[in-house]
Amino acid sequence: MFVVAKISIGLRLKSIESSLKSWLYDPRVYQIAVLTSLLVYGIFWLDFEIRSTQAITILITILLTQYLCTRVFKLPEYDPRSPLISGLSLCLLLRTNSLLLVGLTAFITILSKFTLRFRGKHIFNPTNFGIVLMILLTDKVWVSPGQWGNIAFFGFLIACLGGLVVNRASRSDVTYAFLGFYISLLLGRASWLGDPLHIPLHQIQSGAFLVFTFFMISDPKTTPDSRAGRVLFAFLVAAGAFVVPFVLFRTNGLLWALAFFSLSVPLIDRFLPGNRYKWSTANDYLGANQQVVNIG
Amino acid sequence: MAKADTKLFNKASQVVIVRDGDKTVMTMANDFKGAPKEFAIVIPVPTFIEREQIHIADKALIDHLDAYSAPRLVEYFDENPCAPRVLYEAMPAPPASDVGESRKGSLGVTVEARYTVGEYDIVILSAEQSGGLETWLKENGYRIPDGAGDILGSYIKQKMRFFIARVNLKEHSKLGFSYLRPIQVAYESPKFMLPIRLGTINADGYQELFIYVLNRKGRVETTNYRTVKLPTGMDLPLYIKDEFADFYRTMFDEQVKKENMEAVFLEYAWDMNWCDPCAADPLSREELRNVGVFWLNGIKPEDTWTGGASDVFITRLHVRYDARHFPEDLVFQETGNRENFQGRYGLRHPWTGNDSCEAATQYKKQLPKRWEQEAQTLAGLMGWDINAIRKKMNIAKEPKTDGRKWWEEIWKE
Repeated sequence: MFVVAKISIGLRLKSIESSLKSWLYDPRVYQIAVLTSLLVYGIFWLDFEIRSTQAITILITILLTQYLCTRVFKLPEYDPRSPLISGLSLCLLLRTNSLLLVGLTAFITILSKFTLRFRGKHIFNPTNFGIVLMILLTDKVWVSPGQWGNIAFFGFLIACLGGLVVNRASRSDVTYAFLGFYISLLLGRASWLGDPLHIPLHQIQSGAFLVFTFFMISDPKTTPDSRAGRVLFAFLVAAGAFVVPFVLFRTNGLLWALAFFSLSVPLIDRFLPGNRYKWSTANDYLGANQQVVNIG
Repeated sequence: MAKADTKLFNKASQVVIVRDGDKTVMTMANDFKGAPKEFAIVIPVPTFIEREQIHIADKALIDHLDAYSAPRLVEYFDENPCAPRVLYEAMPAPPASDVGESRKGSLGVTVEARYTVGEYDIVILSAEQSGGLETWLKENGYRIPDGAGDILGSYIKQKMRFFIARVNLKEHSKLGFSYLRPIQVAYESPKFMLPIRLGTINADGYQELFIYVLNRKGRVETTNYRTVKLPTGMDLPLYIKDEFADFYRTMFDEQVKKENMEAVFLEYAWDMNWCDPCAADPLSREELRNVGVFWLNGIKPEDTWTGGASDVFITRLHVRYDARHFPEDLVFQETGNRENFQGRYGLRHPWTGNDSCEAATQYKKQLPKRWEQEAQTLAGLMGWDINAIRKKMNIAKEPKTDGRKWWEEIWKE
C-alpha cells in the first residue's frame, strides 16, 4: 500500500513538474506577464485611454477566434499563449471609441495568422497587421505613440523586462540589429542637423518604441529564418521607420515599416535560408521529441 | 458662468491651426507689450509663402476662440428639497494667454520675397547656412539670442524657409490699432508640427503656449509628448467663484509640476456646432471662415443647419515649455476620437429656504459632508492647506458627525 501510494504521488509530482517546466521554459509566459504588467501600469498610472471593456473585448475575441480557427484549420490542440500576446499588444497600442471596431480588429488580427501564410509561415506579425489594416480601412482607429510619456525610469524598466523576454525567445539578434540601425539613423540625423543629443534621446525614450522593438519586430514567427536574413530585415524596417516620420512626415513609422517589409520576408528566406523557429518548451529540456505546428 | 481666459498667463502665445489633409492655415496671436518698433518674429515655415498666402486677422477672433474653449465654472442652485426641481446657470472661465513668440530673430541668405501686409513688413528667407542667416539678421537690425545659430542651422537643413515679420510703423499708425493683430499664413505641407525650439532660447524661464486646432476628423494630440487631460468635473467650494482665474492658474501650475513639465494638456475638445455649458457662443460661420476654415467655402448656411454640422472639431491644447523639457518641436496627429472634453467645475449653491419637511432635514444634515468633500477636492487639486480652505469656507475643522455612532444608523426605523 505504502509503496503504491509513494509511486503514484511520485508520478503525479513528476507530471506537475513537467507541465510547470513546460510553462517556465516557454518565453511566451514571460511575455504575457510583462505585457500584462505594462497594461496595468498604463491604465492605472499613465491614464491610457483604454477602457476595461475594450481590453476585455479584445482578449475574449482573440481567444475565441483562436479557438474557432483551431477547429476550422484542424490544429492538434488549442493554445492560448500566442493569441494572448497578440491581444495584450493590441490592448496597449490600439485606440478607438468603437467597441465594434475593437472586436473586428482583434478578429482580423488572429485570422490573419491562419490565412495570410506563405510556405508554412504567417507573413505579418498579427498585431501589426490588425492595426495597420484598420488604420487603412477606417479613420476611427489610431495609435497614440506619445501617450507613454518619457519617464526615464519607465523606459529603463521596460527595456530590462523586454531584454529578459527577448533573451528567452532566443531571437534577440533582430532586436539588437534593429536597435543598432535605428538609433544610428537618429543619431546620424541629429549630428547632421547639429541638434543636441537630447533630441534623439527623447525620440527613443518612448514606451511605444520599446514595445515595438522588444515585442513586435522580435516575433520569431514572422522574422527571416537565417541570422543574416534577420539583420537585413532589421535594417529595412529601421530605414522605413526612419523615412516615414522624417522624410514623408507621417506618423506610425514603426508600424508601417514592419508591415511593409514583412512582405519581403519570403524573398529574404529564399536567398538567405535558415532553420525554421519553433517555440521552446519543456520537452526540449526533457529531451523528448516533439512536432511543432507552425501556427501561433 | 465664469471662465478663465488665456490672459491670466504671462508670456503666453496663442496659435490657431486649421487643417484638413495637408492644407493648413496658421494664425499667430501676440500680446507683445513693448514698442511696436521692437517687435519682430522669426517663424520657420515648411514652404515658400506667396503674398496671397498671408493675411492679417482680427484679434477678436482669437479672443472668441479662447472664450469658447476656456475652462468654465458652472453654478448649480440646489432646489427646495420639499419641492424639487433643478435650475442651473453656467459661467465661462476667463481666457488665458498671450503670445510669447515675439523675439528678435536674424536670418541669413536669399530674400525670396518682401511684402507689406497690414501693419507688418514681411520677409521670406531661405538660407544655406546658419552663419549667413545670423549675419543677415544682425545686419538688418535683429537681435538674435545666443544659441539661435544651431537651431536655425537645423531648420535650414530641414529645408524650412523663414517667415520674418516686423511692424511697419507708418502703416501701423495709419491703421491706428493700439495692438498688433494676428498674422495668418496658409500653406500646404505634410508637416503637422509647430516649431517651438526658437522660443526656448529666450532664456528667461518657460514659455506658455495655447494651441487651438480646428479640423474635421477629431481630437488632435502630440505624438512626441504625452497629451494629458486637465482634471475636470469636480465640485468646488463656493468662494472659488471670485477666485476662479487664480484657481485655474494654480491648478495648471500643479498639473505641470505633477507631469514634470513634460506633458501637453488637453483643455477642450468639442464639435464646434455647440457647447454645454457654453463659456461663449460657438464661432459663427463667418468667424470660422475668417480664422481659416477653408472647407466651409461653398457650403450654403442652410446645408449646415439642416445637417446640423458645420464639420469643425476644435481641440485646445495648453503647454508650458522650456528647452530642457521640450527639446523637440511639437508634432501632432489627428485621431478619430470625437469624444467631447471640457474643463468644467461645479459650484453648488445650497438651498436656503425655510420649508420644513423630512427631506429638508435630511438635506441640511448632508450639507457639511458635501462641503468637506469640496474642501478636500480643492486641497488635493491645488496642494493648498486644507485648514485654510475650511476657514475660507467657514466650515468646521473636522466634519461634525452630530455625535452619533455609525452603527446607530443601521437599524434605525
